[in-house]
Amino acid sequence: MGLEAKLKQDGFFTTKLDAIIGWARQSSVWPMPMGISCCAIEMMAAADPKYDIARFGSEVMRFTPRQCDLMIVAGTVTYKMSHVVRKIYDQMPDPKWVIAMGACTSTGGMYRSYSVVQGIDQFLPVDIYLAGCPPRPDNLLNALMQIQNKIGRTKARDFQDIKPPELNVIQNN
Amino acid sequence: MTRKDIIKSKLEENFKDASLEFSEYKDEFVIRVDKKFIDPVCRLLKTDNELEFLMCEDITAVDWATRKNRFTVVYHIFSLKNNIRIVVKADVDEADCNIDSVSSVWRAANWQERETYDMYGIKFNNHPDLRRMYMPEEFEYYPLRKDFPLMGIPGSLTLPKK
Repeated sequence: MGLEAKLKQDGFFTTKLDAIIGWARQSSVWPMPMGISCCAIEMMAAADPKYDIARFGSEVMRFTPRQCDLMIVAGTVTYKMSHVVRKIYDQMPDPKWVIAMGACTSTGGMYRSYSVVQGIDQFLPVDIYLAGCPPRPDNLLNALMQIQNKIGRTKARDFQDIKPPELNVIQNN
Repeated sequence: MTRKDIIKSKLEENFKDASLEFSEYKDEFVIRVDKKFIDPVCRLLKTDNELEFLMCEDITAVDWATRKNRFTVVYHIFSLKNNIRIVVKADVDEADCNIDSVSSVWRAANWQERETYDMYGIKFNNHPDLRRMYMPEEFEYYPLRKDFPLMGIPGSLTLPKK
């Protein structure tokens, strides 16, 4: 293998810290599966052997936000649910990314109604809007690859000014 | 005597001043009843040995918007014994927007009535736990009323801070 042969010869190699951290991050994106409705079925299909999200290093779907760096919001977000989604997002450690999966999540989709948030970008910073109703698993994998490119481009100084989130603690709940 | 006639005669015999009206629509037997008598009428339909309407399938309401009695509460009930499904309807006026709860007759009515209250604002008297079902508790409007705008009232539902 190329890298090993190179290391055997010299015992070290030089690169930028941003580059190697970006490479490590983009190859092990751990998703938070925020499966709210039917898009979640396609998200699960993306994890099965046929589509195999493990090829991209993202097979560890963690059900605790503390261990995730990518939130896949898959499904219709109602106003009542938006507080839950935001709370889970706030619990994820930085740096973190968000995929708005499907039409409902991106724009409200066919639910043009009083109860559905018309696009989660009203309360979350979204990195990728993923079209489809629901999107096919390969479309989700495409979104993941786009996120990987974005993560690979990030630099350490991008995160220097990030403030810790103000957690909205609900007392009697 | 058909089963419908049995239901009719039993109700007419027991509730003379309940202003009962009987009709039939698409093979379903419809009983209109004064809202004051909704609890005893439902109790009779359930407990009578011949009828046994044990299953409360659905409770909902209709908003007629401009009619004098603005709402109609609709009960879909089913008799497993006789394999017959009937509809009980009771009119409710907006000025006196309440009706007796039947959750003591069918326990399944509990959540159905909560849903109807949530969507139409019809209060169910003597309901054990009349809270909103879908909308947040502090929400002030009733979304399925005809005068409620499709996209809601701006600012009535909160979003988290970005």
